[in-house]
Amino acid sequence: MGSARLYLAVAARGFRRYASYRAATAAGVFTNTVFGLILVYTYLALWDERPDLGGYDQAQAVTYVWLGQCLFAALALQGGGVETELMERIRTGEIAVDLYRPADLQLWWLAGDLGRAAFQLLGRGVVPFLVGGLFFPTALPTRFDTWVWFAVALLLAALVSFGIRYLVALSVFWLLDGTGVSQVMMILGVFFSGMVLPLNVFPGGFGEVARALPWAAQLQVPADVLMGETAVAGAFAFQAMWAVLLLVAGRLVQSAATRRVVVQGG
Amino acid sequence: MLEGLRAYRMIAGMWVRSGMTYRVSFVVTLFGNLVMTGLDFVGILLMFSQVDELAGWSLPEVAFLYAASVTSFGLAHLASGSMQQLGSRIRDGSFDVLLVRPVPVLAQVGGDRFSLRRLGRLAQGGAVLGWALVAADIDWTVSKVLLVPLMVVSGAAIFVAVFVAGAAFQIYAQDAAEVQNAFTYGGTTMLQYPPAVFGKDLVRGVTFVLPLAFVNWVPAAHVLGRPYPLALPGWVAFASPLVAAGCCALAGLAWRTGLRSYRSVGS
Repeated sequence: MGSARLYLAVAARGFRRYASYRAATAAGVFTNTVFGLILVYTYLALWDERPDLGGYDQAQAVTYVWLGQCLFAALALQGGGVETELMERIRTGEIAVDLYRPADLQLWWLAGDLGRAAFQLLGRGVVPFLVGGLFFPTALPTRFDTWVWFAVALLLAALVSFGIRYLVALSVFWLLDGTGVSQVMMILGVFFSGMVLPLNVFPGGFGEVARALPWAAQLQVPADVLMGETAVAGAFAFQAMWAVLLLVAGRLVQSAATRRVVVQGG
Repeated sequence: MLEGLRAYRMIAGMWVRSGMTYRVSFVVTLFGNLVMTGLDFVGILLMFSQVDELAGWSLPEVAFLYAASVTSFGLAHLASGSMQQLGSRIRDGSFDVLLVRPVPVLAQVGGDRFSLRRLGRLAQGGAVLGWALVAADIDWTVSKVLLVPLMVVSGAAIFVAVFVAGAAFQIYAQDAAEVQNAFTYGGTTMLQYPPAVFGKDLVRGVTFVLPLAFVNWVPAAHVLGRPYPLALPGWVAFASPLVAAGCCALAGLAWRTGLRSYRSVGS
């Protein structure tokens, strides 16, 4: 039980740490709102041309846009969560300090990242979402239980998101420089999470593959759960499968890294 | 002015040499840059895999808008060095170092961390532009042929003005640097789509208040023979260089004002 309190404390610190940058948060809210506005207009034009595209109506497409802006920072869809710091610590050798802490490395960083995600969801995500709901027709559920399922989907999405970024960060044990992998992660993250276009609009076999990748669990699946476009159990199973797979992989890579790699230092 | 340009060239040249030291890394990041910025166009292609027109514009026409916006932005981004990161320089105090050197500060910031991998965006924008010019149904005249390069260069100057104004803004609001992304990245994204897609008020705003429309919307509407959503006189299609000059003058003024009121953090 004691260790649960430890990770809770780490998560709380993660939350407070990001909460201290108020100007940056306000700036992020503004930028996300502007991007949402631009995307909404293009989506409206697109759905004008093809109503029912990807199984969404116009209101659902609008909701999807604002949900994307809402989750963009919280789920660190293009990176920029705790993994940037983790990479830097591996590069400089400071990771040695983390390794002899009486805490599990993966859980420690996961807790910190969940704290960060919680703040960025509340601090950066809610306002653009409200602005979108206020000025555009959206398709939000009226039933309370749908919102509960949505919250569960978000938590699972946060786990998947961390799972991907943790693996990427650990690669620095071998690569020593994270610039390249971060760039690849950014490219894949933005495109395959559906920030450019909802994945259910992707055509043919390409679309099928895109919808089966772990990035789909981050934005597309929570959006479909929120708008009642998917069976909840199947959605959770898909997200949980990727979360478990990625976290287990992270654990394996972590033990390989700590056993075989000489820490950088000086 | 001339001295500033010379200094800019020397600083930029130094960073180019430094970047070329790690050739493989340079090639990989250049390619990464090309792919990453090209994904926006893949998004447009995916849209057109589902529809034939967007607000009445065909794929080659939208590609023309996209390419003009991206090429102008790419040029400006290349030329503006580390202006976007000025806030962090102010926070860690390293901005003060630039102030004591006998070289115009703007030239130093513009040349700082000048990186040729930003050519990636320019390269894919240029490639799409080439395709769009061939594929779009354009009624070519001499003035239209001249207008295309004029549009790209003026557009780049307008974006440079936005970057400089953004840098000036960061002197006041260091942590809030992200606000400028709404105008730089947000601006170039918006201009990739036909003006008819957006609300009239938004179009009015980017035509008369923050005249990003002169980067590509207004001249491209003339080249493609498409009506612009606002009633503008015909000569306006050629007004981009004037608008760019005005923007640069205003941005320079903002920069001067910002620099005068700068107070060091003292570290």
